[in-house]
Amino acid sequence: MPSLVARSWRSLSATGETEIVPQARLSGPMPWVIAIMVAMTVIALAAGLALRNTAQAAAAELEGGVTVQVMEADPDARNAQAQNALTVLRELPQVASVRLVPREEVDQLIEPWLGEAGGGESASIPVPALLDARIDGKVTADAIEGIRAAVAEAAPAARVDAQSSWLKPVFDAIVSLQWLAAALVVLLSVALTAAVLLAARSALGTNRDTIEIVHLLGGTDAQIARVFQRSIGVDAAGGGLVGFALAAVVILFLGRRFAGLGAGMVDGGALGVTDWLLLALVPIVSVLLAMATARVTVLHALRKML
Amino acid sequence: MSQNSDGEIVHFDNVGLRYGTDREVLSDLSFTLYPGSFYFLTGASGAGKTSLLKLLYLAQRPSRGMIRMFGSDAITLSRERLPALRRRIGVVFQDFRLVPHLSAFDNVALPLRVAGVTERELEKPVRDMLDWVGLADRMQARPATLSGGEQQRVAIARAVIGRPEMLVADEPTGNVDPDMAVKLLRLFEALNGLGTTVVVATHDVHLLKKVPDSLIMRLDKGRLSDPTGALRYPPRRMPAMAGQRA
Repeated sequence: MPSLVARSWRSLSATGETEIVPQARLSGPMPWVIAIMVAMTVIALAAGLALRNTAQAAAAELEGGVTVQVMEADPDARNAQAQNALTVLRELPQVASVRLVPREEVDQLIEPWLGEAGGGESASIPVPALLDARIDGKVTADAIEGIRAAVAEAAPAARVDAQSSWLKPVFDAIVSLQWLAAALVVLLSVALTAAVLLAARSALGTNRDTIEIVHLLGGTDAQIARVFQRSIGVDAAGGGLVGFALAAVVILFLGRRFAGLGAGMVDGGALGVTDWLLLALVPIVSVLLAMATARVTVLHALRKML
Repeated sequence: MSQNSDGEIVHFDNVGLRYGTDREVLSDLSFTLYPGSFYFLTGASGAGKTSLLKLLYLAQRPSRGMIRMFGSDAITLSRERLPALRRRIGVVFQDFRLVPHLSAFDNVALPLRVAGVTERELEKPVRDMLDWVGLADRMQARPATLSGGEQQRVAIARAVIGRPEMLVADEPTGNVDPDMAVKLLRLFEALNGLGTTVVVATHDVHLLKKVPDSLIMRLDKGRLSDPTGALRYPPRRMPAMAGQRA
């Protein structure tokens, strides 16, 4: 097995091959193109992972959550219906926990929209009373209907909703953004492949005479392809490291800025160890992709020569 | 050395070559080269010497006809098998064709490296060869810093370092002084003595006389004449050749 690995690596890295063609070695534009591609890919992937984490954290928080709003204009009737609904919900077997959201907490929630004078018992705008309930298992349409029927008599002004339904548009938007991030990763990979392809073709054109000589001296296509593979591999490794370092700085900076917002949902998007390992795979995969592209391109071009 | 049952190393049968849609630069070439022979290919400029050499060192496929080399059909030979055949041929190009970014040492070592010889194994023969062509003190020089004659000597050293079964040289003494020309011919003769078939293209008639055991192939407007008769009635073995010398 170790010898197989060593052989595979040798075929990729061409260790020991003489430098048949001049090696650019990080002096040409190629490493920088790869660095930019890798940086953008890592950032796009990090964004996708952060969005996934955000969605998962929010979903876990909202799972089993049911909101009961008592939408009654008269404050006394509203409070009475809220207490009745609380009593009924506590007796329901499928309800694991329930609490009446304190008035102050509701006022804080709506303060950004209505201001300090917007809430409160004496406010001119009637604000519904809120009950936050958790049920065992998933919140299905049947479960909601069952709760709705149970509280209908005790609190006729009650409206029952799954908490996740409030955030469905947000989840939909997150899924769209995740697709966008995935599409960006794919597009950047295609762009990287195209850049390597052009670089390999250009290098082939520049070194055409040398390649012809090596051919006439008995050099095989595979030998020549390995030289280009190694050259592009070195460029890709250098560019990949620089790109990853740049992306890491950007991600850490943005992570701190978002953490500073103190918003619960955004906090849930923080990248974990597994996420960073996935991100670290980007430059490695880029190197392999670049080397494979160079090999295929060079072999394809060499087949046109005698 | 692997030849066919007749011991031939190269066999051309009714070979023609044209570039694009132009008229044929080589026409109706039919001849056989035998191992251990020394051939001079002569002819005026534009007679097709270089084109014939290109066919011999497998840089070009003919437009028609059949070529057998080392017992293999060179026309239908698969691409994968071409390098192995080429490694049996040493080539001295008219324009040297040294790899510009490699030193004289690396240029001479190139055929050995391509053949998979280790650095330790190639060090001494390459140094010896460069020493022999008088470039021991120029081993690390790049081709651009070498004179025309020095470049030619590097090209010759590169062609013979792998002890090829056939050596094809296009005007190999064109850029060297008479003493060096004689010295290089002696090298070719020494190789020939070891069994290497040598084909030297030249328009220098004086050179022909310096290798008494050589045979002459004369090209005239793409057609081959056979002034010594050696192509029509090829010798089985060079040492047995008598009365068909240049």
